[in-house]
Amino acid sequence: MDSNLLSILIWFPIVSGIIVLMTGNDRNQAVTRKLALGFSIAVFILSIPLYSGFDQTTANLQFTEHRDWIPAFNIHYSLGIDGIALPLILLTTLLTVIVVIAGWQVIRDRVAQYMAAFLIMEGFMIGVFSATDAILFYVFWEAMLIPMFLIIGIWGGPNRIYATIKFFLYTLLGSLLMLVALLYLYHATDGSFSIRDHHAVGLSLDTQILIFLAFLAAFAVKVPMFPVHTWLPDAHVEAPTGGSVILAAVMLKMGGYGFVRFSMPVAPDASHELSWLMIALSLIAVVYIALIALVQRDMKKLIAYSSISHMGFVTLGFFIFNAQGIEGGMVQMVSHGFISGALFLCVGVLYDRLHSRDIASYRGIATPMPVFAAFMVLFAMANSGLPGTSGFVGEFLVILGTFKVNPWFAAVAASTLIFGAAYTLWMIKRVVYGPVLNEQIGALADLDLRETTFLGILAALVLLVGIWPDPLLDVMHASVAHLLEHMETSKCTPACR
Amino acid sequence: MTLQTLQTSLAIPEIFLASMACLTLVAGLYIGRNRADEICFWLATGTLLATAGLIIGSFSQGSETAFNGLFVDDPMADLLKIAICVLSAIVFIYSRHYNMARSLFQSEYHVLGLFAVCGMLVMTSANHLLVLYLGLELMSLCLYAMVAFYRDDRLAVESAMKYFVLGALASSVLLYGMSLLYGLTGTLSLPEIHRATGSLDQENLGLILAVVLIVVSLAFKLGAVPFHMWVPDVYQGSPTSTTAFIAAAPKIAAFAMIMRLLIGGLEELHGIWQQMLIILALLSVAAGNIIAIAQDNLKRMLAYSTISHMGFFLFGILTADAAGYGASLFYVLVYATMSCAAFGLILILSDKDFESDRLEDLKGLGKKSPWVGLLLLIMMFSMAGVPPTAGFFAKLSVIHSLVNAGLVWVAVLAVLLAVVGAYYYLRIIKLVYFDEPEDSREISPTPAVRTVITINVLSIVLILPWIGSLFAMCHEVILMLAY
Repeated sequence: MDSNLLSILIWFPIVSGIIVLMTGNDRNQAVTRKLALGFSIAVFILSIPLYSGFDQTTANLQFTEHRDWIPAFNIHYSLGIDGIALPLILLTTLLTVIVVIAGWQVIRDRVAQYMAAFLIMEGFMIGVFSATDAILFYVFWEAMLIPMFLIIGIWGGPNRIYATIKFFLYTLLGSLLMLVALLYLYHATDGSFSIRDHHAVGLSLDTQILIFLAFLAAFAVKVPMFPVHTWLPDAHVEAPTGGSVILAAVMLKMGGYGFVRFSMPVAPDASHELSWLMIALSLIAVVYIALIALVQRDMKKLIAYSSISHMGFVTLGFFIFNAQGIEGGMVQMVSHGFISGALFLCVGVLYDRLHSRDIASYRGIATPMPVFAAFMVLFAMANSGLPGTSGFVGEFLVILGTFKVNPWFAAVAASTLIFGAAYTLWMIKRVVYGPVLNEQIGALADLDLRETTFLGILAALVLLVGIWPDPLLDVMHASVAHLLEHMETSKCTPACR
Repeated sequence: MTLQTLQTSLAIPEIFLASMACLTLVAGLYIGRNRADEICFWLATGTLLATAGLIIGSFSQGSETAFNGLFVDDPMADLLKIAICVLSAIVFIYSRHYNMARSLFQSEYHVLGLFAVCGMLVMTSANHLLVLYLGLELMSLCLYAMVAFYRDDRLAVESAMKYFVLGALASSVLLYGMSLLYGLTGTLSLPEIHRATGSLDQENLGLILAVVLIVVSLAFKLGAVPFHMWVPDVYQGSPTSTTAFIAAAPKIAAFAMIMRLLIGGLEELHGIWQQMLIILALLSVAAGNIIAIAQDNLKRMLAYSTISHMGFFLFGILTADAAGYGASLFYVLVYATMSCAAFGLILILSDKDFESDRLEDLKGLGKKSPWVGLLLLIMMFSMAGVPPTAGFFAKLSVIHSLVNAGLVWVAVLAVLLAVVGAYYYLRIIKLVYFDEPEDSREISPTPAVRTVITINVLSIVLILPWIGSLFAMCHEVILMLAY
């Protein structure tokens, strides 16, 4: 099946970003905003045929495109998606719309550049999820850093410059090591950058371990995993709300996506060999980072640490090598996209009103803002994994999968249900409930239509995936089964496991 | 000896350029002072573009020699010459406004530029040690004079002095190496040296000394660490228009010189020079990137950035295979384009009493002049080698050739040092975009300059869909070399 849909999805937002950029300085902000919203909704609508036209019964790449790009290196412009990439692309297109709405009134300075940065980034992110050529993937993977670097640096908080340079250098270092691994694979495959060829090539265990570690450097920083997670709280705290949402909801997922797309299928034996490391790091993230989240005073920081902890579940799910684990990890990624995005938006709503993210400067929000309180409690519940919300599905599947492998790991992982509930609900108790702290808070206005819209959409999705996850799970069954089957066979000769 | 064996037609672009340079010189003397400068500027720029046109018109399909084997014309030479002429013309256009404000806008300045380009073209086509040396000296002498042209400026005079003394030293080292080589092989012709060295004993001390001297002088000319001391001083001290001139086309000529001398003449001896180049390249990338962080002068910072880029460019050469040379050729073309644009931007930002060469001068540029800010942003990401820019593909190609040649450890080190390098480019973006402007100076380049710089910078991004063809071209011209 040949179509140009993926190309359109990549380049349309980029071109529209450039058009938005050309609307110029802040003279006609209203036009800029409407244009950006129109474009982002158009991209979302364009992405729907990906789902409706997707064949769920096969693990083959769909919507493929193939063109020569740099023949001297055998680099192709080739695109295609499977059931693992599809949900993440839809997540990207949806959240970009939400981010545009969320920045509607808040961003008053250099609006055109802000909106353009998000649209261009959207194109790059879709490119990451749909590239089937390793260099094309790498180009999109790195290119995405540029808009995010600018978003944090221009519209961020007081310490934004430190945060954004740290963010950039951390990710760049990881990525460049991945680049060396990709170049090595090019030679191992006798000159191919096709990811499918990289999956198929036989490698000795030692080589696989080195490649696995190089990939780990890139993906662990992105996820982020303990102990390379320290850029994330800084970046989140300083980023504007929209930046935090995209960072948490989509950018972290690229790390997870990288593991399933590269690390596991390219180096299956090393993945098994080093699964102890991955599981250990994941469990540390789940428990230790959750404890750190507990003591945060800044709401954004708390959610940032909670993100790391939840992403620990994702990597745990991937490296126990069974269908529940991987599918659970995938669901967790999508659900975390909704929930963490929504929580950052909630904090953004409060910050726009009082210009503080300190938990201590709020109390009794429920009295002046009942609708907001309802949303925030819902998302908090989802964040702590309440059944009926999307947060539960992913965590439950991962714990179930882990239990099959090792009950003790499952027991440690399950402690997140307690810790997660502890830090989230404690924050809710302090911010939302109790007597109203002061008159300023008593006088706060509840959500307006714009804010209700974006929180409402996310709330609906959280509940939908929580109650009826099948539409999400169905698209990935075939791809996950194919991945597991692929990983069963050893790549070394003679087999090393 | 008939004209037929001379094959003069192969050298028509050089002959045309040299005649036009003389004509411009004479024109400058006889036309009234006030109009001469303007006319000579147009003559010089036009000549460069016309020369590029002549070369495109007679693009050679294979390797041919002229003047009884002294001069060689092959596709690689033509490609490099086109880039040299076009980039030099672009630099002239960028520097017009800057030179006018500093009474550097004189006919002699452009005549010197033309002769320097002529020297570069001769170097590019050299097939004989003496011709190579002739071209090199023609270029260097003109460049020394162009640095010293701003004679009221103490720094410029000082850097011209340094440039001249160290340049002359490097040339003498080169001559010494060449004379040893002549003693060992009995010839000055590069192809014959190539044949003769194959049968020589590689343990021969005289031979090793000759190669060492030649590599050292090349490292001097390139500015590779530890022979880089002149680069920062010259870049900072020269008037920015001259810095821009030095930073673009001569790098391409230096590539040609390395190809002719090291590959064309001494490829059989790569066992001797390969290790030296690895050390030179790694030191250059490391020192260039690390010292650049400590600079607060933009031109000086770009000088250290040049040093690190020269290191990257040597990575391709040191693999000693055609794929690596192709990667280096690609790298040097991309780098010269970027370098030309970067200095072009500094020239645009400067005006009469304002040099715009301190980093602080860039503060808030993104707000003051969003378009120039955006161009600078693209430049810096490209220099740092972040996709989606041609700078990334240039780095990719050399690192690729390193891995290809089995030098994975060099590749890993190169990559790690590239991260260090990213920091100071990011700092410029920080100044441009994240800081508030401190003054409200208007930046108003003329429409022509604005158009040229826009094309120059955007070509770095917009080339991407066709970058495969450019790359293929670089490989083909290398494969079509006679050796």
